[in-house]
Amino acid sequence: MSPLITLVAQRIALGLLLLLAVSVLIFAGTELLPGDVAASILGQSATPEALANMRRDMGLDEPAVSRYFSWLFSAIQGDLGTALTSGQEISSQIASRLGNTLFLAFWAAVIAVPLAVFLGLLAVRYEGRWPDKAISAVTLASISLPEFFIGYLLIYFVAVKLGWFPSVATIYPSMSLGEKLHAIGLPVAVLVMVVLAHMMRMTRAAILNVMQSAYIETAELKGLNQFKIIWRHAFPNAIAPVVNVVMLNLAYLIVGVVVVEVIFVYPGMGQYLVDHVSKRDVPVVQACGLIFAAVYIGLNLIADVVSIATNPRLRHPK
Amino acid sequence: MRIPTGALIGLIFTSSFFLMAIFAPLIAPYGMAEVVGGVWEPMSSKHWLGTDNIGRDLLSRMIFGGQVTIFIATAATILSFVTGSVLGFTAAVIGGWVDQALSRFVDLVMAIPTLILALVILSVMPISILMLIMVMGFLDATRVFRLSRAVAVDINVMDYVEAAKLRGEGRIWIIFREILPNALSPLIAELGLRFIFMVLFLSTLSFLGLGIQPPSADWGGMVKENKEGIVFGIGAALIPAAAIAILAISVNLVADWVLSRTTSLKGGRG
Amino acid sequence: MSNELKFLSNRVARGLMDRRSFMGRAAAMGVGATAASSLISTAALAAGPIKGGTIKVGVQGGATTDSLDPATAANDTAIQVLRMWGEPLVELGQSGGLEPKVAESFSSSPDAKIWTFKIRSGISFSDGKPVTAEDVLATMKRHAGEESKSGALGIMRGIESMKAEGDNFIVELKTPNADLPYLMTDYHLIVQPDGGVNDPAGAIGTGPYILKDYEMGVRFVFEKNPNYWDSELGHASTVEVLVLNDDTARTSALQSGQVDMINRVPPRVAGLMDRLPNVDVRTTSGPGHYVFIMHCDTAPFDNKDLRLALKYAINREELVEKILFGYGSVGNDTPINGSYPYFSDDLPVHSYDPDKAAYHLKQSGFDGSVLLRTSDNSFPSAPDASALFQQSAKAAGIQLDIKREPNDGYWSEVWNQQPFCTSYWGGRPTQDQMFSTAYLSTADWNDTRFKSESFDDLLLSARAELDDVKRKEMYREMSLILMEDGGLICPMFNDFIDATSNRVAGWETSAGYDLMNSYAPMKMWVAG
Repeated sequence: MSPLITLVAQRIALGLLLLLAVSVLIFAGTELLPGDVAASILGQSATPEALANMRRDMGLDEPAVSRYFSWLFSAIQGDLGTALTSGQEISSQIASRLGNTLFLAFWAAVIAVPLAVFLGLLAVRYEGRWPDKAISAVTLASISLPEFFIGYLLIYFVAVKLGWFPSVATIYPSMSLGEKLHAIGLPVAVLVMVVLAHMMRMTRAAILNVMQSAYIETAELKGLNQFKIIWRHAFPNAIAPVVNVVMLNLAYLIVGVVVVEVIFVYPGMGQYLVDHVSKRDVPVVQACGLIFAAVYIGLNLIADVVSIATNPRLRHPK
Repeated sequence: MRIPTGALIGLIFTSSFFLMAIFAPLIAPYGMAEVVGGVWEPMSSKHWLGTDNIGRDLLSRMIFGGQVTIFIATAATILSFVTGSVLGFTAAVIGGWVDQALSRFVDLVMAIPTLILALVILSVMPISILMLIMVMGFLDATRVFRLSRAVAVDINVMDYVEAAKLRGEGRIWIIFREILPNALSPLIAELGLRFIFMVLFLSTLSFLGLGIQPPSADWGGMVKENKEGIVFGIGAALIPAAAIAILAISVNLVADWVLSRTTSLKGGRG
Repeated sequence: MSNELKFLSNRVARGLMDRRSFMGRAAAMGVGATAASSLISTAALAAGPIKGGTIKVGVQGGATTDSLDPATAANDTAIQVLRMWGEPLVELGQSGGLEPKVAESFSSSPDAKIWTFKIRSGISFSDGKPVTAEDVLATMKRHAGEESKSGALGIMRGIESMKAEGDNFIVELKTPNADLPYLMTDYHLIVQPDGGVNDPAGAIGTGPYILKDYEMGVRFVFEKNPNYWDSELGHASTVEVLVLNDDTARTSALQSGQVDMINRVPPRVAGLMDRLPNVDVRTTSGPGHYVFIMHCDTAPFDNKDLRLALKYAINREELVEKILFGYGSVGNDTPINGSYPYFSDDLPVHSYDPDKAAYHLKQSGFDGSVLLRTSDNSFPSAPDASALFQQSAKAAGIQLDIKREPNDGYWSEVWNQQPFCTSYWGGRPTQDQMFSTAYLSTADWNDTRFKSESFDDLLLSARAELDDVKRKEMYREMSLILMEDGGLICPMFNDFIDATSNRVAGWETSAGYDLMNSYAPMKMWVAG
């Protein structure tokens, strides 16, 4: 396995470089956006004097390059600074927000990933017959509806009409685990529906792709049980594309759930980032951007490693 | 050739959606922006699907909205697939620093939250349909790249590819004659879904105020325009939502059918 | 109505019987849920406030970027939170006029140039320190000073000097202003210990509640301030303010009982909400208006006839019906309506008239299309309103193109920058303040670039005029100038639409902004 370890080491080093590049790009991007933090805070009540005072207080009168480097030096020392807008410490705020995001993503993934793989296997087992078609139709319908639409439907039926789960999923530290789980019932359901189809369809397609291979036929001739063949022989060989899609969806669960957060008033990273992008609060946008980038880079790395580890030919390149 | 029922249904719906999009101005009973009645009127013989949130004929808006939605989503999907898969295969076949450079560049693009990317690009560039297609297509191409590269890397070490290399075939030949046919099924499965993601991405952009310009609207945007009625049981938002779902299912039924045909085509190659 | 029901509803109001069993009894006697529920509300009002319990409020507008510093408060949530823990010198009265808060009383010199505010004796901040005139002075200085980044800086400009003398806080103005106390109701001007210089975001004030726990942009938990001076305010022992920005999230949280009151009910669904048995929709007409603004100094809007053409080309009734769903009133191209003290209701009316519009278009000699910029956050349904304007203008032969701008950056890049766009004004408590804020030639927020000497002169003389009749006439004159000449197209005034569940009682119509000028959580009580 040693070539794998070298690869991982290489990729981690590259990943750090990538993070640096991301920080430059995000900084430049937020600079390009029209307006600045002072104008956004004061909004419609901005007077020229108040704007000037605020810009001076925040150090916005310094050139962009020197602002970037002073941010970078403190960031390398582990100091993410304070938010320009609220004046609160960024690292502690992000810690709680990220915790909430991971909490939601974890429960959605725990349900969605095994369910998707299982449904994919089931669809292959009954390929072309009604279970396959039913699974396809339901998952496709759920993926093609906008998230907010599914969210509102669930709110209407489950929260307002039936009263089973709350429509407001706000969680806070003083809640017990049970209360938290009850609170996030609806957003988890929406997220599961949104990510399920993608992973399930890829599992199905990738397995079907290897089902014609000679070794599957051999297994079939040996008279093995159909489900066992799929699970033991076909699935491991189909894992590369599946892992890639699972990775894409996990990243989505962490990075892309703004809409669900807004609808269910969930205090996660998405809302936090959007608020600060719209206020042009660069240090916070930088911090969130780096975390999201690290998530992507990490998950991509895991997907690549799994792809290689599960393919003997890649594991031992000639 | 016999077409299975599912695929047939898919084909009928998909082609009628596309036909409707092409001939929109001829079919629509009213104009896209024309206010013809009260707010959220129920279905009637005058307005088959009722009226929308400011009293425009919902059927006409659905037809024009379909045109915008289908055109942009199709164009962006094609762009994303062509760019993503060609680069992905190339990276896998050539390997080495080309692979590293492309893959890490894609990592970089994917690592920046899509929201920030879209905001920056679209606030700096003028918003036009072409620009929307380009932004959507290229952002999405990164996802296609990752998938096609992963699939192609797997195939690239298969015996038949090795054999082709030993025969002295060129890289282009390998990409199009060996990798592409064998990578087709996961890619086609992905194609149908990415098309739907484009439709949804378009509506997210409208949500940020970066998408289609009013009074024109895409289907996702129309769901949004009428969403306030949902929690009071008013159906105007259901119609564009259902249209997206039907489009999604039919496009994917067609994709599945193509998929099953390519899988059987490939059977002999193993 | 049967006496038994009345008796029972009183028991519910006094907390001696629970709501559910009352509804059961009422149903058994053949009384419908809506009628039974309104019985309880009546009884609850009559029985008077009950102390204790928790009120949960769902408000729009908060963000994780907010700060507790009153100087930078700029949205509904921030204002609601400020009102809970702090107080200004004076506040708008429930039915107009002014109500003393930290200032026990105030008076002016005969020429309205020097104003004296007497600080209420015996009140203290929530950290136990007594309130002095020095604290008030320090507060005002923080907002008015050279270094200030306060949203209130603009209104403090007319002040020449300020001082503290014993229990009195004294303001000397550069020019006379009969409305100065109204300026002091500004929500930024919360009195803080030492003016909040050392700890601007400390949330230490004299308000009826004390901030116990919070997460910016998510929730704020308050507990009753045991030492609060006014027993009429603050009935619940705990108040929770939840930030619910999504319209549907807000309305469904009220429907499913997770909050007891919400603000900003979308007009489209207000009627539907009102039909629910456990919810009351509360509307308050106010000074807020949805507008289309043109820069009077930029072509083609520098042409008065084109401005008039556009004013006659908008169908105001249709907008009130389809954008506000009737929850509002028609505007007349002046920012003033019946909620202002010196309003004249006899002005000529601008109404939809395609022929007149076509006539003025011809007079203007303008030939081409006009570009209107809009965004979803300029006012609710602004793109829809723009689409309706486009249609009505088309009938008058005016071609209007719409460009939807991103929400993000709209207030910094489009509003007050581009020559024609949609916008929103919340209004001000007095005409003087509204006109000085946005229509005086030199105003910072002169977003129509309107410059008229006669208008400016009238404004300054009206400000010093103590004769009400003359003053009213001057303001009438000014509205006429704006209607004819101004760059403001004001088709509608929006009502504030709030909703409360019948778990809480004590709603009364108030002047000011939504949720009883943000005092509903303190003036209402838990009824059962």
